[in-house]
Amino acid sequence: MCRLFAITSRTPVSPMVAVNALDVMREGHDGSGVGLFMRDLGGPFKEIKDAPILSGIFSEQGLRRMDAFMVNAGFSILYDLAIRPDRIPPSGTPKRDCYLIRAYDYPVAWKALDTRDIRNRLTGIRLELRAMGQEKDDMIVYSFWPDVVMIKEIGDPMRVACMLGLDREELKARIIMAQGRQNTNYAINLYACHPFFIQGYSTMTNGENTAFHPIREFLETRGFAGYSGYQSDSEVFTHILHYSAERMGLSIEAYKHVITPLQDADLELHSDGSFLRLLKNSCRKLIIDGPNCVIGSLPDYSLFMVQDRKKLRPGVVGGKDGLYAFSSEICGLDAVIPDRDQSKDFQPMHLDTVLVGPDRQEVKICRQTDPLRHRLSA
Amino acid sequence: MPSNRPIAPSTLSVKDLLWQIHWNRDKCTLCGSCTAVCPVKALELGVFRKRDVRIAMGIQGSADNVFSIYHGIRQKTDPAFACVGCGMCSMVCPNDAIMPVRSDETDKQRFHINRGGQARSRGGRRNSTDSLLDRIKFIRISMLTDPALDAGRHEFQIRTLLGRILPPEKSLEFSRNNGWMPPVREIYPLIIGGMSFGALSPNMWEGLQMGIAYLNEELGMPVRICTGEGGCPPRLLKSRFLKYVILQIASGYFGWDEILHAIPHMKEDPCAVEIKYGQGAKPGDGGLLMWHKVNRLIAAIRGVPPGVSLPSPPTHQTQYSIEESVAKMIQSMYMAWGFRVPVYPKISGTSTALAVLNNLTRNPYAAGLAIDGEDGGTGAAYNVSMNHMGHPIASNIRDCYLNLANLGVQNEIPLFAGGGIGKNGNLAANAAALIMLGASGVQTGKYIMQAAAGCLGSESDRCNICNIGKCPKGITSQDPRLYRRLDVEQVAQRVVDVFLSFDTELKKIVAPLGRSTSLPIGMSDALGINDHDAAQRLKIQYVV
Ligand code: SF4
Ligand code: SF4
Repeated sequence: MCRLFAITSRTPVSPMVAVNALDVMREGHDGSGVGLFMRDLGGPFKEIKDAPILSGIFSEQGLRRMDAFMVNAGFSILYDLAIRPDRIPPSGTPKRDCYLIRAYDYPVAWKALDTRDIRNRLTGIRLELRAMGQEKDDMIVYSFWPDVVMIKEIGDPMRVACMLGLDREELKARIIMAQGRQNTNYAINLYACHPFFIQGYSTMTNGENTAFHPIREFLETRGFAGYSGYQSDSEVFTHILHYSAERMGLSIEAYKHVITPLQDADLELHSDGSFLRLLKNSCRKLIIDGPNCVIGSLPDYSLFMVQDRKKLRPGVVGGKDGLYAFSSEICGLDAVIPDRDQSKDFQPMHLDTVLVGPDRQEVKICRQTDPLRHRLSA
Repeated sequence: MPSNRPIAPSTLSVKDLLWQIHWNRDKCTLCGSCTAVCPVKALELGVFRKRDVRIAMGIQGSADNVFSIYHGIRQKTDPAFACVGCGMCSMVCPNDAIMPVRSDETDKQRFHINRGGQARSRGGRRNSTDSLLDRIKFIRISMLTDPALDAGRHEFQIRTLLGRILPPEKSLEFSRNNGWMPPVREIYPLIIGGMSFGALSPNMWEGLQMGIAYLNEELGMPVRICTGEGGCPPRLLKSRFLKYVILQIASGYFGWDEILHAIPHMKEDPCAVEIKYGQGAKPGDGGLLMWHKVNRLIAAIRGVPPGVSLPSPPTHQTQYSIEESVAKMIQSMYMAWGFRVPVYPKISGTSTALAVLNNLTRNPYAAGLAIDGEDGGTGAAYNVSMNHMGHPIASNIRDCYLNLANLGVQNEIPLFAGGGIGKNGNLAANAAALIMLGASGVQTGKYIMQAAAGCLGSESDRCNICNIGKCPKGITSQDPRLYRRLDVEQVAQRVVDVFLSFDTELKKIVAPLGRSTSLPIGMSDALGINDHDAAQRLKIQYVV
């Protein structure tokens, strides 16, 4: 089973913090891969919060092709952090030319566009680059979005992080999500690595999604280009989140009602029963049925965790004012925030959504059987 | 046989018959029970003359003859009285002296059951035991990364939706603006399919209804039953139990006078209205209730004179096409109950099902589509229709589901599959296979008749005399002497048994697949079959 760790901090921290936590939980993953998601960035990126950042892995040829494409599309480089590892990669990790984190300025022609249009175009560009990369096998693109950096690679998380020198000053963030991968496929496709990201929403999961096929079929026919190219059954969790927030306008509290709706008896007693039943019926194809713990990050900088209907996966939240972490195991929390009040650690159960907002002051718990505080996203 | 005995073309011997009676003289006590019970009068008293040649032992003495007479039964060989293999004679024989045995070769009788140019008609089902559904396996078993669920201890919710479901964005928008939301019922995915009051005996009908009421009210299982085309007894129409009933309207509109008049007195809305355009057993043919079964009660409920055959036309006479039907009939049925009751059509399995479905997707009222495959059963139909007409259900459902999925409306119009589910006894496995191929639920009739009432029919042409009102089990007869054989409460009890065991079996199938809280509709990645062509056709895995 994979191990998950996420942290939200008032002051930017290095991704090494999360990698350390994964390292502590190494018994739970086989070191076959690592995925990192960073948002609310510090360092040089703090000044250019609106600039879309391209994250990915490129060969020299891929870089040239990508450059040509971006220039042609009217983008100009604002900041460039290209990590070109000079050492021999650790065993299991392929040799790469360049791990790229690059912020761009929008094309002049885009300035007049409304936000929605811009967002969809950013997604379009990411998908085009991904397709180009798959054609020639020379680039892998994880995200192209403001204030978001993603790094994924095959290999042991700690060794990969050291190779990339992730403890560098330029690379700090207030929100970091990290996954240590337990490989279930022989050939590892980096597009199958968590966390997944789409238009401001990111999630990572452990466990298997047994309802993957019908869910994928449903998403693929929603008429949105971003719902495509699934390499992992967990990617749909991110897309369901995006769909419920963006297309349906639902709050994060309601997300849980979409993926693991209440049963009839509970709905009957619920003060929002008729609304929730409507949701359950019309989103029936989005119900997840497997054992899953989902940790995710929202555009409003909050971090959340939800459990499956039977609570079959581990997950714990704890921290102190200004610094909270979500972890598969308590030892991960202990490694990163040893001085927290452990009696306040919380393990969400089958009805709970836990949320730490951008203020990083407290852990909010929404029980599914309680009245919905917010049906719709703010 | 004397040389002058006439042999007509249809003169048959016992050997030529499909069912041959084996009778044991040693055991027979001449009680006459078998001849009395035989529904087709296949047996008659037999008086046999017997000659014994007695030869003296030794050289002396001469041989002589002893003539004797003994009594027993004789099987008639006239095709009109041919044994149907029901086995009632065996059941009633106190000494186990009699048993019907199926011919070891293709019988000759079948070439003669058309006297006077009357093609054979019968009740029952397609005479073929072949079942593709039985060959489908559930192959995606959750293992290490995702331990299988516990069918006995984990929480399960085996439910499905009947009704038009709006896409997520639209349903929120409609609810915000207080727009009209199509009625949706959350029901159990195994429905008792349309068997009419008239086709079934009053005891059978009542037993089914009682079983359904118990399942709903005592066990919390929202099981629904469809009336078939024959109306509904007024007492039920005005009772609270109506909510468990799907009223069927078909081309004969039998019973609808009574139903419409009862609307103001209804305490509950019915679960749904099913408009029958076709049925799997006899596609393109209307319902048929033979005169034998139209007694005064049936006649009153259906609004016809007693003692006349009631053939429904193949199509609804008031309309010209299915498009018109969707537009008008669905709408007027909605109107009758103030748009609170889901209305959906039922068609027989056909290669044109997609065209029907496409029309329904464009009609915002259509609450679903029920498709009845070639293996569907019936109370009365021509043999040729039953055996040779219709479309297998698996590929029909699959095509329809994939079509809906292509359009992105796979959650909006539920498909219900019928015809041959559990024909070889594998009710839960067949139902689960169809659900994973894309059905939202399944309808079954024959299985219920067999399991809940002991119907003797089989796919090898056993019994199948449901059409003539002589059902030896009292299931499909309107003769009180026959239907009193069926105890209402015992039928109800068996209905409950069937659903409870089905529920356990269905959980035993979905739990290892890692599914428990939502029905795995369209989860075709869990299916495999050891037939390459079938796998390709159904777009499931080929496994050997
Ligand atoms: S098996 Fe049925 S039809 Fe045949 S002789 Fe016996 S009772 Fe009559
Ligand atoms: S037992 Fe009755 S219902 Fe069953 S096949 Fe015979 S006649 Fe038909």
